[in-house]
Amino acid sequence: MSSQDYTASEMMAITAARLLKNGASCFVGIGLPSLAANLARLTHAPDLVLIYESGPIGAKPGVLPLSIGDGDLAETADTIVSTPEIFQYWLQGGRIDVGFLGAAQIDRFGNINTTVIGDYRKPGVRLPGAGGAPEIAGSARQVFLILRHSVRTFVSKLDFITSAGYLDGGDARARLGLPGAGPVVVITDLCVLEPEAPSHEFIVTRIHPGVTREQIVAATGWPVRFTEETSETEPPTEVELLTLRDLQRRTSIAHGDVTSSE
Amino acid sequence: MAEHMPLREAVSSFIHDGDTVAMEGFTHLIPFAAGHEVIRQRRRDLTLIRMTPDVIYDQMIGAGCATGLIFSWGGNPGVGSLHRLRDAVEHGWPHPLELVEHSHAGLASAYVAGASNLPFGVLRGYIGSDLPRYNDQIRFIHCPFTGEELAAVKSVRPNITVIHAQKADRKGNVLLWGILGVQKEAALAAQRLIVTVEEVVDDLAAWPNALLLPSWTVSAVCEVPRGASPSYAQGYYERDNRFYQAWDAISRTRDTFQAWLQRHVLDTADFAEFSRVLRETQGTEA
Repeated sequence: MSSQDYTASEMMAITAARLLKNGASCFVGIGLPSLAANLARLTHAPDLVLIYESGPIGAKPGVLPLSIGDGDLAETADTIVSTPEIFQYWLQGGRIDVGFLGAAQIDRFGNINTTVIGDYRKPGVRLPGAGGAPEIAGSARQVFLILRHSVRTFVSKLDFITSAGYLDGGDARARLGLPGAGPVVVITDLCVLEPEAPSHEFIVTRIHPGVTREQIVAATGWPVRFTEETSETEPPTEVELLTLRDLQRRTSIAHGDVTSSE
Repeated sequence: MAEHMPLREAVSSFIHDGDTVAMEGFTHLIPFAAGHEVIRQRRRDLTLIRMTPDVIYDQMIGAGCATGLIFSWGGNPGVGSLHRLRDAVEHGWPHPLELVEHSHAGLASAYVAGASNLPFGVLRGYIGSDLPRYNDQIRFIHCPFTGEELAAVKSVRPNITVIHAQKADRKGNVLLWGILGVQKEAALAAQRLIVTVEEVVDDLAAWPNALLLPSWTVSAVCEVPRGASPSYAQGYYERDNRFYQAWDAISRTRDTFQAWLQRHVLDTADFAEFSRVLRETQGTEA
């Protein structure tokens, strides 16, 4: 295998995993966040503390969980607490370094929608809803967001704000007194975006190898901007790729070929 | 004091048309057998409460049991949409469904408030979210000590809560382990409580702090082996991920859903017969 051969999805997961520091406590959403967080745990961050909203703290699953409350999470956790406790004592209590979320839609200020496309009362598409996200986005010290880049996901205006990023930008979030700093990075299959001071608009700071600015502009529903000097993401190392692929292979065997990367 | 009885009798005695019903279990220990029995007994106008409606409420909503839903995440975990829930919300089929929509932290606080006999729960939540604009059971108050703005959620007080646990003893003391979810709070917030269990044993062989609910808080205990399948029971059986996947196709159209429901739930006498029929149909589709 050459480390030159990798997919955009793999680059996305590996880029996200690299951002998680060893020893941090990370409140993990299911799907892409869980994939990236487990990859981090299996590579550079063995002591990353994975916390799932179903109650396991310090979960070390052998394969990626299909649901947020898989038995493997419970069996490998340091402790399991009730749902009220995970939100009240651990998240609201200020013990979460990173809240790691996916989303159906995002706007330029890092607000996310997982509730509805169209009008709430006459929905075009009814999405699953909030889950833990509004309070994770509010109370985690920092929030990482990961989602695939397209005009359907990166929209100029959300139909519904499920969870707050920087709201209308500027100091709007700070004025509301949310305890956490908010989203500090968005990782996609094309690039990395970070909020620019003082507007808190997300702008492209790093571009994955082989991706053009035109591709990113075409996949973004607002006139996306770039930092003056965007850098290129380091391509995956062989260890990162092997670890990721092995994890996904073990996962698909365990779940009977149910894909769990979404 | 808990009375041991068949599930059919428990549902018939304790769950009535128009009730507010909570069936909890966070991915783990979802009381599927009890949900099916509610469908079989054709309960109507229920307001269902569950943090994660899951396939169990998709079935009950599609079967026409519900006119309201209090929830915080309504998907098929690891698979996608709940099509019967979506059909009810998007097209009013088979009934319009009134949604009271929370976040997990909000609904968990509402259960805690219910169990604590308080009118509302308080959390640092919902700030900046559009959810409070569509749910009048979320309001904002000011802390009397610091002035900080906090969210208040109306407490949840079900007429009846149903949970599934691993074990009960002969007296009806209930032991549950693994992912705990919000079962204790849902149980203690309710007026009546049905607990289905994997098995009834002479001795729970556990430290008292591991006991979830003492027998005098429980209305009925029903022994229903595999009663949480296709979800899982830690120590007994694993989640049937293939069923969750298959549900996506079964539930996608009204016709395929109704045919499945008729054959597997309405035409079967109990959960044991349901499980037999399901094994047969899964075998033929495999």
